[in-house]
Amino acid sequence: MQKIKTFPKGGVHPPEHKLSAGRPIEVLPPGGRVVVPVVQHIGAPAEPVVQRGDEVKVGQLLAKSSGYVSANVHSPVSGKVFRIDKRFDASGYKRTSVIIDVEGDDWLPEIDRSETLVREITAAREEILARIQEAGIVGMGGATFPSHVKLNVPRGKKAELLIINGVECEPYLTADHRLMLERGEELLVGTRILMKALGVDRAVIGIENNKPDAIEHLSRLTAAEEGITVQPLKVKYPQGGEKQLIKAVTGREVPSGGLPIDVGVVVHNVGTTVAAYEAVQKNKPLIERVVTVTGKSLAKPSNFLVRIGTPISALVDAAGGLPDDTGKVVLGGPMMGKAVARLDIPVTKGISGVLLIPDAEAHRRPYQACIRCARCVSVCPMGLEPYLLMDLGVHERFERARDERVMDCIECGSCSYICPADRPLLDYIRLDKLRVGEMIRKAKQAVK
Amino acid sequence: MSDIVLYTVLTLTLLGALSAVILYFVARKFHVEEDPRIDQVEEVLPHANCGGCGYPGCRPFAEACVKADSLDDLYCPVGGNDVMAKVAEILGLEAVTAEPRVAVIRCQGSFEHRPRTSRYEGAESCAVAHALYTGDTDCPYGCLGLGDCVRACDFEALFMDEKTGLPYVIDENCVACGACVEACPRDIIELRKRNKKDRKIYVACINEEKGGVARQYCDVACIGCSKCFQVCEFDAITMGNNLAFIDSDACKLCRKCVVVCPTHSILEINFPPRKERKKDDQPAAKKVTAAKEKKAIGKNGETQEGERSEEKKEG
Repeated sequence: MQKIKTFPKGGVHPPEHKLSAGRPIEVLPPGGRVVVPVVQHIGAPAEPVVQRGDEVKVGQLLAKSSGYVSANVHSPVSGKVFRIDKRFDASGYKRTSVIIDVEGDDWLPEIDRSETLVREITAAREEILARIQEAGIVGMGGATFPSHVKLNVPRGKKAELLIINGVECEPYLTADHRLMLERGEELLVGTRILMKALGVDRAVIGIENNKPDAIEHLSRLTAAEEGITVQPLKVKYPQGGEKQLIKAVTGREVPSGGLPIDVGVVVHNVGTTVAAYEAVQKNKPLIERVVTVTGKSLAKPSNFLVRIGTPISALVDAAGGLPDDTGKVVLGGPMMGKAVARLDIPVTKGISGVLLIPDAEAHRRPYQACIRCARCVSVCPMGLEPYLLMDLGVHERFERARDERVMDCIECGSCSYICPADRPLLDYIRLDKLRVGEMIRKAKQAVK
Repeated sequence: MSDIVLYTVLTLTLLGALSAVILYFVARKFHVEEDPRIDQVEEVLPHANCGGCGYPGCRPFAEACVKADSLDDLYCPVGGNDVMAKVAEILGLEAVTAEPRVAVIRCQGSFEHRPRTSRYEGAESCAVAHALYTGDTDCPYGCLGLGDCVRACDFEALFMDEKTGLPYVIDENCVACGACVEACPRDIIELRKRNKKDRKIYVACINEEKGGVARQYCDVACIGCSKCFQVCEFDAITMGNNLAFIDSDACKLCRKCVVVCPTHSILEINFPPRKERKKDDQPAAKKVTAAKEKKAIGKNGETQEGERSEEKKEG
């Protein structure tokens, strides 16, 4: 067994509650009406290329990316475009979406739907990049950054190592865990594809050791693979953060304001890697993903393979229906996920879980004065001072917040989690980041 | 013993005297000649340091006034025309006058009119809630009711109404500094012309969605039907983004638009009660009607005439 690594600075260990870890991925057939937002990624919104009344097939392009940092959106179902209108999505606001009435399950003929594993990578580097861009693949761990941008190493920089992120440090979530167990071989071919795209000969799959079955399974598979190793990691949140994972695996520290490529590393999520396999070897765009539906009172916590655009209410129904004591519905994990006010919003590329929290645990306690215990400082994985950043946010001193490196915050929520006075630290830090971001953009425009 | 005291006193006195001499010459050498008018101008300013003029405080504003060749772009909304006249007198420039303004809240989405669809438990800040979602109602444009504007107000002119969940403006206290306009993440607050007796007519809604959609969130949303636009005789109303907007400078306060609005999203404030409303069951209204009836009877049957002239007076 290899040495178990972790990142040195900060971090917390919330109760894991991986209720759905033992449940195999179930395929949820499409049906009814799906809502596909044209923005499911970071960057410019995609522009719809279909019209009301159009017949679409599975995999057909619905909206075309409108820039380099943008991503295509494909039809996850076959049927008729009901209309293109604004609908509520995970952002909490209404955004332009293509609404499709599902009819049958008619796929584009060029998509390979067979289950056979295609090991041999025939595509050249440029072709791989083009296909990943065409398939609309974005970071499926939750950040939804367009993957082709990360794979295109900027001039003057060199990638040395690819890290596949199988950490899944968020409590409750098990989607990546199940993917590693059930689709390990495809994951490894996907890893080879990404390695080829980046021109690196070494890849490490980072997995926390609360998933011993996944570590064992992938270790066995990678035994014969040259250049790919599995790295067990100590359970600590937020190890799945890009910068924390790089530090844990390589010991290198991404500089403040920098990108992983600055230290020669590129990180991709397990889900993204499998999607890259399907895009390159099977010609299949990103139209479905694994979503964990879980919660303490839920009858049947599950992992579903669902089409993008399916309303989360359908997922909850398939997992046994909404428990009566539900106090809060969170998309994503309990630490970084976002509570939503309604169940008719669709699954998008970045939604890894639907968490139903019982009413007794769902509410925030009223916050009290800061007692200067500095626990937030000690758990911050980025070495920031959350108590100070919150105060700066409250008093709108955003220049000072910028100087205190608020933009380095990865919004992991460890500070809010640990605070004994229940202060809304991250709420105000997000406000800081928003305002500082505006400030930086304004300054950039002024320079131009 | 006494020697020690003597020497100490002597040394310190000498040191003090020496320092005083040095400081005197240094002060002479580095003396900054400041325009005395800056102090004079600052003296007449309201000392609110609110930033409503666009400068960080009253002194920087005074400096800007003294430096400027004309007062065209400089105006202290707190002091208003009186203060600006004094400033102009000190500087020998022409005074700029501006219509006094007052803040209005362009949202009526109270608990009664706008159903709450979720419970917000985050930080007590509109800016934070706005970045998260539509707020505890579904309206993406309406007031979040968390009081960023109230906290921004230095003049005790804005308060939160617990019953409606909306802020309200105390007209007498509002100086139109614009701090609340800046603070509101949804741009709900607008500075409008201050009319006689603080009368106001404005569209209290900024929801840009189509009528049917807007009405789903809120009973009193502007649905962009343009009835008010058609009835306005003074071209004060413009339509755009499924919304009506009343230009406070062009509006003659005739109140015709208020009557035709099917969703009651146009507000009339500080007007005397209308004729129609007197027919309501309110006891106060009844009294007025009764008094008028007496008058009318006195005029021997010219009831209709009497009522009409009454209406004209009040209008």
